[in-house]
Amino acid sequence: MTDVALSIQDLQVALPAWSDRQRAVAGVSLDIRREEILCIVGESGSGKSMMGKAILGLLPGPHVRAVGGQILFEGRDLLKLSAEELRAIRGCRIAMIFQEPMTALNPLMRVGQQIEEVLELHTDMTQAQRRARVLELIRDVHLPEPERMVQSYPHQLSGGQRQRIVIAMALALEPALIIADEPTTALDVTTQAQILHLIKELQRAHGTAVLFITHDFGVVAEIADRVAVMRHGEVVEQGRVSDVLEAPEADYTKALVAAVPGLKPRVIEPDAKSKVLLRVTNLEKTYRTSTGWFGAKTREVQAVKNISLDLKRESSIALVGESGSGKSTLARCIIGLESVDGGVIELDGERISGRTRAELRPLRKHIQMVFQDPYASLNPRQRVGDIIALGPTLNGVSREQALEEARELLRLVGLKPDAVDRYPHEFSGGQRQRIGIARALAVKPKLIVADEPVSALDVSVQKQVLDLLNDLRKSFGLSLLFITHDLRVAATVCEEIAIMQRGEIVEHGPTADIFAAPTHPYTRSLFDAVPGRDWISSLG
Amino acid sequence: MSSGSLGGYIVRRLTQTLPVILGVVIVNFLLLQLAPGDLATVLAGEAGGAPKEYIDELRARFGQDQPVYIQLFYYMRNLLVLDLGFSFRLGAPVLDLLLDRLWPTLLLMVATLIVSLGLGIVMGLLAALWVRTWKDTVISVAAIIVYATPLFWVGLMLILVFSIRLNWFPTSGMEDVVAFHEGWDRVVDIAHHLVLPTVTLSLFYLALYARLMRASMLEQRGLDYVVTARAKGQSERKITTRHVFRNALLPVVTMAGVQTGGLLGGSVVLEAIFAWPGLGQLAFQSLFARDYNLLLGIFFLSAVLVVIVNLIVDVIYVFLDPRIRIG
Repeated sequence: MTDVALSIQDLQVALPAWSDRQRAVAGVSLDIRREEILCIVGESGSGKSMMGKAILGLLPGPHVRAVGGQILFEGRDLLKLSAEELRAIRGCRIAMIFQEPMTALNPLMRVGQQIEEVLELHTDMTQAQRRARVLELIRDVHLPEPERMVQSYPHQLSGGQRQRIVIAMALALEPALIIADEPTTALDVTTQAQILHLIKELQRAHGTAVLFITHDFGVVAEIADRVAVMRHGEVVEQGRVSDVLEAPEADYTKALVAAVPGLKPRVIEPDAKSKVLLRVTNLEKTYRTSTGWFGAKTREVQAVKNISLDLKRESSIALVGESGSGKSTLARCIIGLESVDGGVIELDGERISGRTRAELRPLRKHIQMVFQDPYASLNPRQRVGDIIALGPTLNGVSREQALEEARELLRLVGLKPDAVDRYPHEFSGGQRQRIGIARALAVKPKLIVADEPVSALDVSVQKQVLDLLNDLRKSFGLSLLFITHDLRVAATVCEEIAIMQRGEIVEHGPTADIFAAPTHPYTRSLFDAVPGRDWISSLG
Repeated sequence: MSSGSLGGYIVRRLTQTLPVILGVVIVNFLLLQLAPGDLATVLAGEAGGAPKEYIDELRARFGQDQPVYIQLFYYMRNLLVLDLGFSFRLGAPVLDLLLDRLWPTLLLMVATLIVSLGLGIVMGLLAALWVRTWKDTVISVAAIIVYATPLFWVGLMLILVFSIRLNWFPTSGMEDVVAFHEGWDRVVDIAHHLVLPTVTLSLFYLALYARLMRASMLEQRGLDYVVTARAKGQSERKITTRHVFRNALLPVVTMAGVQTGGLLGGSVVLEAIFAWPGLGQLAFQSLFARDYNLLLGIFFLSAVLVVIVNLIVDVIYVFLDPRIRIG
C-alpha cells in the first residue's frame, strides 16, 4: 500500500450528548492515494467537515472528539499522537484550506507574515530565505505584484486573493496531503473556477494528495479523481468520479445527482397578449459615502447604471450576476427599500418610484420579497402564524381570518398547518424558506422578488424549494423576479435571463437563446465557470 | 493607513474638534445663566445683606448687567486669546487657578488609566485562559462585585482600613504640606498619597476592562483565523500572544477612550473624599460660590481634555488596527 497517502479506518467522531445523533462520523473508512484528489461530497450535517477536522485533531473539543478507529499517515496513527507530535505534522506534512477566506486570516497581520509563520514554525530557514520562499509561493498561486502583496493586510485583498494566500500557506512546505474544506463555496462563480483550476494545477505540479470536501456535484465533476458520498456520518458510496457521477448506485447518490440543477433552459411559453406588470426605465442608483469636512468629499459607487427592464404578467426574469454586480440593489429599489436616483419604476402602469413611504404603503402588498437567509429573515420571537398573518392584518384583514389563511398557506408550501403555533427555530433551513415564501404570499402579491432564495440551502432541499416556487407561480398567477448568482438555478426557474455586471445589464433575452448562443464575453465567461459543466450538460 | 499621513490626520482631527469645544462652551454658558443666584447675591449674602444699589454695582463690575448674548460674545472673544476671565471669588485669573489644579487631576487620571487598563487587561486575559476553572470564577465574581460597588463606599472603606486602622497610607491630601519635602522626597511623598485615590478610582474601571477583555478574548478564540493558526501547527501559547491578544485588545481600547470622560466625572467625588487638590474639588467649590467664570473655565478645560484623550485613543487605534483608514 505504498501509494496510499492517508488511510482512515472505521473513524468514529462523537457528538455532544445533547445533540440529535450520537456520532458525527460513524465508521468511515477511506483511503486517499498519493497524487489524487478525493472529493468528499455530502449535504450539511453529513459529517464531512468533522471528518476533515478529525484528521488534524482540530475538532472543537471536548465534547466533539474522535472516539474510535484509526487515521494512518506515514506509518503512524494520528489519533494516538501527542499534541506536540500532531503540531509538527500540522501545516508541515498535512495542511488545510478553509471555506471562509474572509475570516480565515488574522485581520491585524500582514499576509506575508502569516505565510512566513508556517516556515518559521517548521523549518530553520533564515529570515532572508523565508522571505524569498514567501515571494516564490505568492508567485506560485499567481497573485500579482508579490512584493506589494506580502505587505498587504487581508482586508485589502478580494475573497479570491485571500483564498490564494491561504492556498500559498498550505503549500508552503509541500505537504503530502492538503485538506480543503469547501474552499470555493464562499466565492463567486468565476473566482471559484479560477481557484479550482489553481488547486488542480498545483496538485499536479507538486504531486500532493488532496482531500476536497464539498457539497456541490458540479465541483466534484470538475476536480475529483475519486469521490466518496457521505450521509449521516457514513460513506454511502465511493469510487472513481466517472463511475459515481454517471452511474450512481446508492439511492441517495441518485437522488443527489437528480437534484443538481441542470443547464437545460426553460422554454418560454409565448403569450403575446400578456401585459407588462413591472417596467423599469433608465434606473440609476448611486451610493455616496461622504468623508472629510461636512461631507465635502464623497466616494461614489454607481450600483445600478441606466437599467431598463420589462417583466410581463405571470412570467419570470432571472437577474444573474456576481457579488457587486448591483443585482440586489436593483431588487431593493424595485421593492421600495431603496430610493432611486433616476429613472422610473412602474407596476401595472402606476409609478412606484419616487413616492414617500406613506404614498408607497398601499402598493407594498403588490410586491413581496423572499430573502436569502432563512435563518435571519424570520423574527425568532414571533410565532410562525403571527409572522405570516402580519401582512394581511396590516391590510385590514381580521386576525382570525389571517391566521386561518396562514394555515392554508402553510399547507400549500408543504408544511403542517399547526406550524402556526411554533417558533422559527423549530424548523430546518428549507422549512424556514417555505415559511418565508408563505409569508410573501399572504398578502396576495402580483410580483415576488426572490433574492438568492436557495443559495443557503442544500442541493436536495434547493430543488424542493425551486419546485415549490414553480408550482405556486402557476397556481397564484405570480410574476417572479429571481435574483441568483447561479446560472444553473436561473435556467431551471426562469424563461428570461438578464446578466448583470458592474451595475449594467450586459445581456438580456430568453433563457433558451442565451444558453444556445451567449453573445457577451462576460456571459460566456460565466458559462465557462459553471463547475462540472460538461458533466451537467451530459445529464440532459 | 492607506492614504494620508498621520500628522495630517491629527491636524484634521484637531480642527474637527473646534466646533465640538465651541458647542460645549456655548451650552455651558447658557446653562449657567439658568441657574438661580449669582456671585453678587452670594457675596451680599455672606456680608449679611446689602442694599440693592450695592448689588447692582457689583453686577456692573462683573459685567453681569449686560444682555446674555453680549456677555457670551465677550466671553468667546476672550477665550480666543485664552483669557478665561477672573475669579472674583478667589481673586486670581481663572487660567492660573486651573493650571494650578490641572496637574494633580492629570496625575490621578493617568495613574488610574495605567493601573486599570494594565491590570484589567491582564486579569481578563488570565480569566480567558483559565476559562471555566475556579480561577476564572474567582476573577469574574470579584470583577462583578467590584463593578457593582459604589465608588465613594470603596474610598471610605479603604481610608478606614488602610489609613485609620493600619496607618499605612495618609487619609487625605496630595502631599504632606508641613514637611516641606524637596526633590525625590517630594516625589515619594506624592506617590504615597496617590496610592489610595488611584486604587479607589481604578477598581471600577479595572473590573470593567477585565470583563470586557475576557469576553473579547473568548470571542476571538472561536474565530476562523485561530483554527487557521492551529492548522499551521502553531502552539496554543503563540496563538494567544501573536494572534488573539491584539485582536482582543481593540474593544478594550475603544472602551477606555469612551470611559475617559467618565473618569473625570468620577474624580469629582473622589477628590472630595480624599481632599485631592484637583479640578474636581475646585469645580465643587466654585459651584457653591457661584463662581461662574471659574466653573466655565473648568468645563472648558475638561472638554479639551476629553477631546485630546479621544484623539490619542484614535491615534493608538490606527496603529493597532490596519483596517482603520485615515484618509
